[in-house]
Amino acid sequence: MSKNTVSDRFRKVDIDEYDENKFVDEEDGGENQLGPDEGNLMGALQAVLKNPPINTKNQNVKDRAEGLVLKVLSSFKASDIEKAVQSLDKTGVDLLMKYIYKGFEKPTDNSSAILLQWHEKALSAGGVGSIVRVLTARKTV
Amino acid sequence: MAYHSFLLEPISCHAWNKDRTQIALCPNNHEVHIYKKDGSNWNKIHVLKEHNGQVTGIDWAPESNRIVTCGTDRNAYVWTLKGDVWKPTLVILRINRAARCVTWSPKENKFAVGSGSRLISVCYFEQENDWWVCKHIKKPIRSTILCLDWHPNNVLLAAGSCDFKCRIFSAYIKEVEEKPAPTAWGSKMPFGEVMFESTGTSGWVHGVCFSDSGNRVAWASHDSTVAVAEGGKTAVCTSLSSETLPLLCVTFITENSLVAAGHDCYPVLFVYDSNNAALSFGGKLDVPKQSAQKGMTARERFQNLDKKASVDSKEAVLESVHKNSISQISILNGGKAKCAKFCTTGMDGGMAIWDVKTLESAMKDLKIV
Repeated sequence: MSKNTVSDRFRKVDIDEYDENKFVDEEDGGENQLGPDEGNLMGALQAVLKNPPINTKNQNVKDRAEGLVLKVLSSFKASDIEKAVQSLDKTGVDLLMKYIYKGFEKPTDNSSAILLQWHEKALSAGGVGSIVRVLTARKTV
Repeated sequence: MAYHSFLLEPISCHAWNKDRTQIALCPNNHEVHIYKKDGSNWNKIHVLKEHNGQVTGIDWAPESNRIVTCGTDRNAYVWTLKGDVWKPTLVILRINRAARCVTWSPKENKFAVGSGSRLISVCYFEQENDWWVCKHIKKPIRSTILCLDWHPNNVLLAAGSCDFKCRIFSAYIKEVEEKPAPTAWGSKMPFGEVMFESTGTSGWVHGVCFSDSGNRVAWASHDSTVAVAEGGKTAVCTSLSSETLPLLCVTFITENSLVAAGHDCYPVLFVYDSNNAALSFGGKLDVPKQSAQKGMTARERFQNLDKKASVDSKEAVLESVHKNSISQISILNGGKAKCAKFCTTGMDGGMAIWDVKTLESAMKDLKIV
């Protein structure tokens, strides 16, 4: 046999990286987020939804942000959820939906139940369109 | 408002002739069927068989009475009526992927084809060689072109693409026309020049439309948004995130109002206020069916709660006229300045004709500015 059939290292090359027509998103670093202050839940929600790490590729920043949001969402009482959702504007509702679906991806003990309650309220505020925007967003949270 | 169910298969695309007595449509296969209106019936009078793949775009030129069709077989044909038969002429598009949409230019001396090969073919007829020649617009398109619309000056072309952008290109062909006058989008218009590129919305751009004056362009994108951009004025882009499923097609019915329709199966009105650069939701344009409101017995309520975990007795039946997504809207009367009637076709094989006057009177607080 000829010599060049021995090595198969060429199979590990990602040829899509070398494709000059490959679509590349713009990116830049995400801002760091502040922790939530106990007691002022509405304020905490607004603060944690500010500056979402959408543009960064750093997975740690995204995970930290997601953990913070989950903590804030879980500390709301069920009856307050609706008021909190009403206080958000359209982009806020879209962003909240993104975090809710991100939270669904990694379910913990009772996070799914809380997230489902938030999902129901956010759906009535944002409509099906907000879910479509979660699905079609190129820059996820 | 009239609804006619043509077929059981989806209508891929349709086009009307000049006096709106005939409609050419593709019943989701390789053919084009032409139906003629006869009283209240529609009779199939012609079947155009030449494509080897699904026909994805049809456009009927009103003045010269020519039909252009394009399909997934990477070809386009220009059909002319000779006596009682439609004769095709092949147009070589030089693309290596399916063609997706085709439109005649306002003066009908050119047509543009959008395709999956990431380019737009602008075709014009060359008298000396007696055939159609095409020129390509390639840069900076990164993905399939889904929809096209011409500006009234016959030179500018708006294209919506799967690379999440809506762009306006110049399709100026010096062999068939003189230099165009400056417009709100710019004054230097060499072939292939990008006059405008959208920012802000993400999602494939399914439908694009110029307003009647050509100063505004609207597009509907897959992230459930509708956006309007106005030329000049540093090209302001305003978008509205809607609460519905994505819209597939959009058209201006006056200079300030748009009608769009899509996966929610009913047309929707949007109003654009250029003073505040704001786009707002005008209303849902569907004739509501008078459903009998029967009271729910306690037993029914409990059954619903048991089966569907909800107390509502809303059945899973669409109340809109179209029973499946609407894929195309076309203006019948009045042009884009003062549309009086428009037509929608969809995946349910049906075509509905909507009368703007009756819609205005049927829905209260519907204001078409």
